[in-house]
Amino acid sequence: MARMISYEDKDTPIHKLSGFTKLVFFIVWCMASALTFDTRVLILMLVMGFAIYAVSGTKWNQVSTVFKAIMIFMVINLTCIFFFAPYQGCEIYGTRTEIAHLFGNYTLTKEQLFYEMNVFIKYFTVIPAVFIFLVTTNPSELAASLNGIGVPYSIAYSLEIALRYIPDVQDEFIRIRNAQEARGIEMSNKGKLLDRIKNTASIIFPLLFSSMERIEVVSNAMELRGFGKKPKRTWYSRRKLKAADFLVLAFIILFFAGTVALTIKNGSRFYNPFV
Amino acid sequence: MESDREPIIEFNNVSFKYRVQTEPTLKDINLRIYKGEKILIAGQSGSGKSTLAHCLNALIPCSYPGDMTGTITVDGKDPSKLGVFGMSQIVGTVLQDTDGQFIALTVAEDISFALENDCVPQDEIFNKIREVGGKLELLQVMRNSPGALSGGQKQRVSLGGVMVCDVKILLFDEPLANLDPATGKRTIALIDEIMKREDLTVVIIEHRLEDVLYRDVDRVILMDGGRIIADKTPDELLCTDLLPVNGIREPLYVAALKAAGAKLMPESHPMHMETLDIEPYRDTVKKWYHSMPAHEKPKTGETVLSVQNLNFSYDGSRQILKDVSFDIKKGEMVALVGKNGAGKSTLASLICGFHKPDSGTILLEGSDISPLSIKERGEKIGFCMQSPNQMISKPMIMEEVGLGLTVRGASPKEVYDKVCDILKICGLYPFRNWPVSALSFGQKKRVSIASILVMNPEILILDEPTAGQDYMHYTEIMEFLQEIRRKLPITIIMITHDMHLMLEYTDRTLVLTDGQLIKDATPYEVLTDSAVCDRAYLKTTSLYDLAVSCGIDDTGEFAARFIDFERSKGKEVSHG
Repeated sequence: MARMISYEDKDTPIHKLSGFTKLVFFIVWCMASALTFDTRVLILMLVMGFAIYAVSGTKWNQVSTVFKAIMIFMVINLTCIFFFAPYQGCEIYGTRTEIAHLFGNYTLTKEQLFYEMNVFIKYFTVIPAVFIFLVTTNPSELAASLNGIGVPYSIAYSLEIALRYIPDVQDEFIRIRNAQEARGIEMSNKGKLLDRIKNTASIIFPLLFSSMERIEVVSNAMELRGFGKKPKRTWYSRRKLKAADFLVLAFIILFFAGTVALTIKNGSRFYNPFV
Repeated sequence: MESDREPIIEFNNVSFKYRVQTEPTLKDINLRIYKGEKILIAGQSGSGKSTLAHCLNALIPCSYPGDMTGTITVDGKDPSKLGVFGMSQIVGTVLQDTDGQFIALTVAEDISFALENDCVPQDEIFNKIREVGGKLELLQVMRNSPGALSGGQKQRVSLGGVMVCDVKILLFDEPLANLDPATGKRTIALIDEIMKREDLTVVIIEHRLEDVLYRDVDRVILMDGGRIIADKTPDELLCTDLLPVNGIREPLYVAALKAAGAKLMPESHPMHMETLDIEPYRDTVKKWYHSMPAHEKPKTGETVLSVQNLNFSYDGSRQILKDVSFDIKKGEMVALVGKNGAGKSTLASLICGFHKPDSGTILLEGSDISPLSIKERGEKIGFCMQSPNQMISKPMIMEEVGLGLTVRGASPKEVYDKVCDILKICGLYPFRNWPVSALSFGQKKRVSIASILVMNPEILILDEPTAGQDYMHYTEIMEFLQEIRRKLPITIIMITHDMHLMLEYTDRTLVLTDGQLIKDATPYEVLTDSAVCDRAYLKTTSLYDLAVSCGIDDTGEFAARFIDFERSKGKEVSHG
């Protein structure tokens, strides 16, 4: 059974990169995407993002649920932008090309559409990056990398454990949901939305309690095997950076520098096709 | 002989009181364990056996503070001075819950965990892991997730995790809980093999005495009320009444010999059934067998659940269930057994409607239940998960038990009346206004069962109701279920690994192996059928071996008569 957004061991160029490289790439990539509204850069990132997604061998069912949730959120976001700032695009691009009058104060403009399209693409540059990062990065290797760049090992290891338990918690969630549904707590699409939200509590609490039990056992086991007694620790899964890692790191830093340079040259974060 | 050996573990007048308690948990303990010995510590819960173990790995007093008097020496050192980390280099502790104690993502990383924490360089870790992995035959699965291994392999991994430190003593805290019988047997053999090869001292805490005695044990330390009340060789101890008197279950063949009126002697080596010299007892046992009334098969009612030709796979390629058919009669208590992954839980999920079968039908009182939703089935077939913590979602007992009725739109008055009735049946009425958090584990288990019973289902399915429980809690839960059966017209199906439970409490046993139902018979017939037991990772009961060695042909009948005898004795005790 494929689980949502959790690490799967595969043999692809992306999996072979060190966790450190992927972490740096992911952070810088998101910074670049946050910085620029330049449609040309965004489209370039979009194409690259999908190419990397294809190379990483990520399967659709690993990410589909989360993807759908993000889509819902995005539709809400784009609608809200229109309702709260219907002329944001006009302000940015300095022109106003009306398409149609809708109602009251709301007129649809080409500038607004173009602006919202940019927001839309921005989402799509980041989403594949998040997915690829989560499903291709071995949590223990990531923890080792983080510790390598100076993050205290207790924090790095906590992160590893959190990532490692994602699949376990998902399985437990399904088991508890089934048992609660048998008791009559409606979770399927038949129930009213409000009831379903209210009923989620009847899964969350048992899930919390059974997770707490687990935490106690694990923390005892960790202590018995000497976790936290020395100021440093070594890592079985640490990987040395290879040529490919340096290439990827160099690329992403140059890419980011290029985006910054372009923004400065244009004097604006936006690409303006209306002038 | 012992005086010229140096003890590796020594307790001198040790008493210990937890800070939160008023009474000491350990009282005046004097104990010597010598290098190379294998010691079994037995006792009921609350006898102080776990506390004693925690003194060895320094969890006491380092993690559980309290007042300690007397002296403890382990390998010439004082655990309280060395601390948990220091002691972990001398005493390797293997915890009860193997799944819970896996920390890392892969077998290799999990075994190396202690070395990483000790700042051992990566190259040395690699070498050490290969060495330990080789010893434990784990090299093939080094990159797998420990959670995905078989029960026996999991035990090897947790053993590897403590062996990397080159420990001198291995401490096992209930290593057999949660293991199927055959795997438990193999674990005991593994421990024996490792300790001999690596020249280790072993301390095992376990209440499944018969299973530990599968291999030689040097001494059994019996604890009760914080004191050591016996420190004897198994042969000596089994000839006394100390075990049953102190709430520990004797090996079944020993109990049967005693029931037959045989006077056991240490010279006959009763430690294992295989080494027991049966000669002095054979005639007594035979005579007793023929004097006992024949076993009466319980009367069966009409069919309540009928499963016909069920097939299922999760992914369309690997069949989890293959053509499974059986009937369950009204009022029966049925055990569903088989090794991990045999399809037991899947079968329960199909009956409850969590998954849809690929083909086949399930009839409840003659009508097909495939059109019913999970919720609708839940009104007729209740499902109770292993841990009550997986079920309980409301803070108050009344609310929790009434939840199923409330969400089905019953009026508050009706909910209140029905909840009160069911709480009375379940012996929880005095606690009705308590918060759930104030209850013990056993009481919480009863709450989770009561919250199902309140909907008045025809069938109750329980997933390993006694897993990880000691004999006392096990008895509490099982007697509770017996009580329910007397008071309500309910049919119970239990998924279990516990052969004793099956033998003592159930009317019928369904044995699943690789998705097929290979036997549907009384527990006596199943547990005296060695071919079925081998295939299903069960273990024939020692009653079978006893009957065979006494020349009794109908081994199943022998087991049945003994259990009948035990039950009638149990009733006398509870009524007297």
